[in-house]
Amino acid sequence: MAKDINRRQFLEIAGASVITTAIASTGCSSDKNPVTSEKITTSSNTEIPTDKMTYRINKSTGDKVSLLGYGCMRLPTTSQTSARESEDEIDQEMVNKLTDYAIEHGVNLFDTSPAYCKGKSEHAMGIALSRYPRDKYFVSTKLSNFSPDTQTHDGSIAMYHNSLKELQVDYIDYYLLHGIGMGGLDAFNQRYVNNGLLDFLMEERKAGRIRNLGFSYHGDFELFNYIMEHQDQYKFDFVLYQINYVDWKYSNAEYIYNQLESHGISVLIMEPLLGGRLSKLPQHLAQKLQEKRPEKSIASWAFRFCGSLPNTLSVLSGMTYMEHLQDNILSYSPLEPCSDSELELLQNVAQQFMEFPLIPCTACQYCMPCKYGIDIPGIFAHYNKCVNEGNNPPNNQDPNYAKARRAFLVGYDRSVPKLRQASHCIGCNECVSHCPQGIRIPQKLSDIDAYVEKLKTEKF
Amino acid sequence: MLKRIRVSLAIFFAISATLLFLDFTGSIHLWLGFVAKIQFLPSFLALNFIIFGAIILLTFLLGRFYCSVICPAGIFQDLVSHLVSKFKKNRFSFSKSKKWFRIGFLILFLLLIICGLNNYAYILDPYSSFGRIISNVFQPILIALNNVCASIAEHYESYAFYEVDVYIKSLPTFIVAIITFAVFVVFPIIGGRTYCNTVCPVGTFLGFISKYSLFKINIDKNKCVGCSICEKNCKASCIDSKTKTIDNSRCVDCMNCIDKCKKGAISFSKVHKVSTEQNKEEETDNSRRAFLTIATTLVASSVVKAQELKVDGGLAIIEDKQIPNRECSIKPAGALSLKHFSEHCTACQLCVSVCPNQVLRPSTDLATFMQPEMSFERGYCRPECTKCSEVCPTGAISKITSEEKSSIHTGHAVWIKKNCIPLTVGDSCGNCAKHCPSGAITMVNSNPEDSNSPKIPSINTELCIGCGACENLCPSRPFSAIYVEGNLVHSQF
Repeated sequence: MAKDINRRQFLEIAGASVITTAIASTGCSSDKNPVTSEKITTSSNTEIPTDKMTYRINKSTGDKVSLLGYGCMRLPTTSQTSARESEDEIDQEMVNKLTDYAIEHGVNLFDTSPAYCKGKSEHAMGIALSRYPRDKYFVSTKLSNFSPDTQTHDGSIAMYHNSLKELQVDYIDYYLLHGIGMGGLDAFNQRYVNNGLLDFLMEERKAGRIRNLGFSYHGDFELFNYIMEHQDQYKFDFVLYQINYVDWKYSNAEYIYNQLESHGISVLIMEPLLGGRLSKLPQHLAQKLQEKRPEKSIASWAFRFCGSLPNTLSVLSGMTYMEHLQDNILSYSPLEPCSDSELELLQNVAQQFMEFPLIPCTACQYCMPCKYGIDIPGIFAHYNKCVNEGNNPPNNQDPNYAKARRAFLVGYDRSVPKLRQASHCIGCNECVSHCPQGIRIPQKLSDIDAYVEKLKTEKF
Repeated sequence: MLKRIRVSLAIFFAISATLLFLDFTGSIHLWLGFVAKIQFLPSFLALNFIIFGAIILLTFLLGRFYCSVICPAGIFQDLVSHLVSKFKKNRFSFSKSKKWFRIGFLILFLLLIICGLNNYAYILDPYSSFGRIISNVFQPILIALNNVCASIAEHYESYAFYEVDVYIKSLPTFIVAIITFAVFVVFPIIGGRTYCNTVCPVGTFLGFISKYSLFKINIDKNKCVGCSICEKNCKASCIDSKTKTIDNSRCVDCMNCIDKCKKGAISFSKVHKVSTEQNKEEETDNSRRAFLTIATTLVASSVVKAQELKVDGGLAIIEDKQIPNRECSIKPAGALSLKHFSEHCTACQLCVSVCPNQVLRPSTDLATFMQPEMSFERGYCRPECTKCSEVCPTGAISKITSEEKSSIHTGHAVWIKKNCIPLTVGDSCGNCAKHCPSGAITMVNSNPEDSNSPKIPSINTELCIGCGACENLCPSRPFSAIYVEGNLVHSQF
């Protein structure tokens, strides 16, 4: 299935010192989070090869792209959190270190956007990548003209030019229309067609300043089919889509992947871990995978699934911590494609995963900021955590009720400040159209609020 | 022996009272709640005649034991005084009773009550003063410590501790507490029980009775050699060794003099009867030391609250809510009426210190100064909670169940059209109606003619219980589009 490609020589800089500084313990209690502890042992006990990375060939340009792509939307900050969850400055020194480590171990695709890390991602990656010769890496960025004032012809072009400037490059390897599908055909036309931007970008592609033009897609297949019908006109080189072993059968992933394959369009994969949810599987599901490959992380299964699809050009993963980077490199150095029985096991896990009452939030933060201050992903993350740990007792007859109730309520106040909790959602519905997962956010928040209210008032 | 008993009891009551005011979870009052209920003024206000009668009767029998054993303010001053005496031995001397001060303060106290300014009168009440000091000064320190534990617990994914907000609930009351605290520290440093024997109206009142008490401290003039060691160790300054007499209206039954007298000339006995019992030597009181250690560690480790602002990425800034201008303040369910409440509350802050929803805080209003009232900027009066009614020792908030609470009308919601989000911003809302526990709010069309017009809340005040859920959860900031006005009388149906 996989096309194993011979080793390619990479830079000699960034020596062994990086490896030694790499591993830091994160101090999570092991029984609660088997994934984290698993990862630490993997990365600290196993030598990570620098020359075994699996590569894929881009059909339009012949690029040899590493199967692991570095997603730059969760860059580390000075406060040891990702720039997604924190207001703190990006830790440039750590970004450089991660970039060095990635390149040294064969990663050569870096994916960013003007919107990531509150607009600071491109700049930080520009600093990190410009230390390397331009032909040693591929950079991918997006036209993220979500806000109406950047949707004019001039506004969007200014955003494109700014990307070139921030990234310190004179051409972009992979340029994407960002988030097609959200808002349907109208939004697509408004952002890219009516203002002439798509024509402009195709010209830029002709001129060689954009080497591959594509789009990232979030939505149902109606608009997708519409674009595929116009493929002769646009000639998109690649599409970035959310694929993982859960979405394969339980969302449109299989359909869209097959469509793209039949149109000969390369696939970049995002959300291989469903925003981390596939590395934090409920205990009994995690066990199923660990029994099969005790030495490997839970996350590695998700990566191997994506890598096993032959039309996958690269799998993007937003990595904040060195341990994640190491583990993901390990999963693809080289890729061991999933066997048929393993694929079956994954579908089995996916089925049970879907039966779990989890909220399919990937913490992408597209719904944020909520203008009423609700921490939507925070609330969902807390709820999912409690469900995963069995702290969502159905009623007060449950023998575990008192303990679980305390864990749920105390943990709720800890992870989400009172003013940002679900009770403050007024149901204005503004977030709904922004959610790439199609979660009916106000409805879910209302359900959680009702559950919290029940926990608070119920006598036991 | 008598001193030992006195000290042991005093330590028990003082620690209990302190814990009662420190405990922000409201779980200790189940066991120690009685300590607040046997206090002089609370038992009187609660019309608890058994307790009140017992205090009077025992005072008549034994003198001012109340001041030495039960009153937490008195015991606290004893502690301060004891510490000073460690460094400066034999530091007291007899002084004349400052009769006019004593009577003056008592009259002032009674006058304030008669004029309906009881909340100011209670600034002088020792039990409430002690409560204010602990809940305003020491409880925040304890909560800060708790929050440190909570963040440590969070690190280890333990739910043993949870974080609680620390803030000054009312600045004027805080200032009153600080000043009283200073008085309770400075007075005993200078003159032992000076506060109790000049300012304290309870002390003065009990002094009238103890003057004629059955048992009292007596000096056996035959044994006494006039060494004046008793006088020098009397923190109430009530022993005159020259005339070998004791002012029993000021004696607080501390029994220190009995131990001090080397000749065994002093006894606690029926009038004129002489005891020959001999007591000896200096005491070192370990439990007292323990109490002291707890108190000082609490002061020393004032810890800044960690991670108050855990601002997450991409979160809209939320403006703080401001207190609306309420014409009538809201009292907790069980208060019966504003009048009943203000007549019975001594502003001891026990309910404030126990309120888990940050709803109760001391009033800054002149007429109800320091007495608690409800406001909903930080939370609302949750339907399942009846903590304040459980702890109140004075009967200002009578005991209710959560079922009763659901039908007590403490206030009524008022809608402010100019703040209402569906009309100002245009977003559909209805959070007030959604969270109203009594179903008093219905969302209706703002234009009855147009079924597509924005929906606005309509309040059925007959059903409203004034819990403040609507006000607290209203998205309009800093002023809510719906707020609660207190009811003068809390009807129940």
